[in-house]
Amino acid sequence: MDSANNSDGDVPPGGGRPPGGAPPGGPPVRAVITLVVNGTEHRIGVDTRASLLDVLREDLGLTGSKKGCDHGQCGACTILLDGRRANGCLALAVAHDGARITTVEGLADGDRLSPLQEAFIEYDAFQCGYCTPGQLCSATAVLDEAAAGWPSAVTPDITAATPMLDAAEIRERMSGNLCRCGAYVNIVAALRDTAERAERQSAADAARATSAASDARSEAIGHAQGVGRR
Amino acid sequence: MRPFVYERAGTADDALALHDGDARYLGGGTNLVDLMRLGVELPGRLVDVAHLPLDRIETGGDGGLVIGATVRNSDLAADPSVRASHPVLAEAVLAGASGQIRNLATVGGNLLQRTRCPYFQNAGKPCNKRAPGSGCPAYEGEHHNLAILGHSTACVATHPSDMAVALAALDARVRVRRRSGGERPVPLGDFYRLPGDDPSRDTTLEPGDLVTAVEVPPVGMPSRYRKVRERASFAFALVSVAAALDVADGEVRDCRIALGGVAHMPWRARRAEEVLRGLPANEESYIRAAEAELELAEPLRDNAYKVPLATNLIARTLSELGSGERAGGDGRAPGPSDGGLS
Repeated sequence: MDSANNSDGDVPPGGGRPPGGAPPGGPPVRAVITLVVNGTEHRIGVDTRASLLDVLREDLGLTGSKKGCDHGQCGACTILLDGRRANGCLALAVAHDGARITTVEGLADGDRLSPLQEAFIEYDAFQCGYCTPGQLCSATAVLDEAAAGWPSAVTPDITAATPMLDAAEIRERMSGNLCRCGAYVNIVAALRDTAERAERQSAADAARATSAASDARSEAIGHAQGVGRR
Repeated sequence: MRPFVYERAGTADDALALHDGDARYLGGGTNLVDLMRLGVELPGRLVDVAHLPLDRIETGGDGGLVIGATVRNSDLAADPSVRASHPVLAEAVLAGASGQIRNLATVGGNLLQRTRCPYFQNAGKPCNKRAPGSGCPAYEGEHHNLAILGHSTACVATHPSDMAVALAALDARVRVRRRSGGERPVPLGDFYRLPGDDPSRDTTLEPGDLVTAVEVPPVGMPSRYRKVRERASFAFALVSVAAALDVADGEVRDCRIALGGVAHMPWRARRAEEVLRGLPANEESYIRAAEAELELAEPLRDNAYKVPLATNLIARTLSELGSGERAGGDGRAPGPSDGGLS
């Protein structure tokens, strides 16, 4: 779905203009970019000065991502940019032509909330809710980063393969998201519970896989010995 | 924000050709875009170099590293070989900014973020760095977290990179493609400059010069990074230390020490290193070396606290390295005598 006021035609990023910068106080420079947002492709004409946050909110009507400080300090604008969390306010849209973006609107599977979203409700991890979309996107990435073995500034052994997401780790990893209501205690609890559930789930999956493999082995051995299963 | 033309460079040659005097190279944009929004940087053209094929970390046979300029800070800190061979570098990167910013920020952009202070960031205030000759209100004004070493009456701003402090300690060299032709490695100490009477330039680069990589020699001894700040995370250093220490038979055989948060550039503490080499590896020696370096300090009215803070932080970091408390990256938790330094 293109933005309605796309009158730019097929102008490449940079505007295909002659050499030389834009004149001071001159007219806006526009470009056409493609973004895949929450699985839907959009072709959009943008001002080169527009941030991804502005384009998501103003052009695509996705107002979940919030503008707090607009300087990368509060994290309310956090989105997943090509799978990684980033401040939408600091990312120029034109510099991310072709990017895949997930916003808070894309975290749920239809009406089914993500485990992290469920946990935020269960643990009452918000008050006014303004920072929550950024907290959710950031926390989603924190789980992925820890699973990928990324250390943090408080990881006891930075050479360890998989850091444990305890409260200290969560606080450090979430330090780019501010909450003026002070819901931090419950945000940490929600993230910790989600991380623990995921660990238990993967342990259970691993155990089931081992047990299935062992059943298959017994069966194979049984067949080899001429003892059929009942 | 001033309107600007955006160009995406596919190769380093493209980037050099696209850069006119009115341009800035764009990496992750975490500093540049912010400064443009504040009206501090006013480029008419951005040449996006974040997509150049310079996103690899190469490990040399000698244990050294060559880190491409477009490697993201988060990838550098997460790289298993960097974490194992150069823990001080991984720790420094992890100590900087937030997870969101580290994902956007590039190694080249981190080096080239502006040396700054609150007056530089406020386009309505005088600032010799932003508007040469307009004065330095920080010198008599709000400067409690600004420079104590190498500053001038023209500028007391500090370079906020943590990564660059580790690179200074590691004798890193910055590979620069010259607009005038050729590529050469520049030692980090020659890459940055002190303010003197011209704080408008943070580095010795000429306009259009392009950082392509950072060469980091092998460390060969335990190393670590420690940072003191006003809150536990996501804040610039009041003082930080990158250190490496080689102890043999109870004596300091070799060492590297650099300080962050104290000067216009990462501050290599060569005087402390000279004093320390050959001394017994104990706390008395570490304090003596640190004090020798901090004798050079000229604190301002409201930042004299940084002198004992830097002295203690150097001594504590060396003590930990000397006692093997977490040599080479094991056991990060500070001991009970930590005194709140982490």
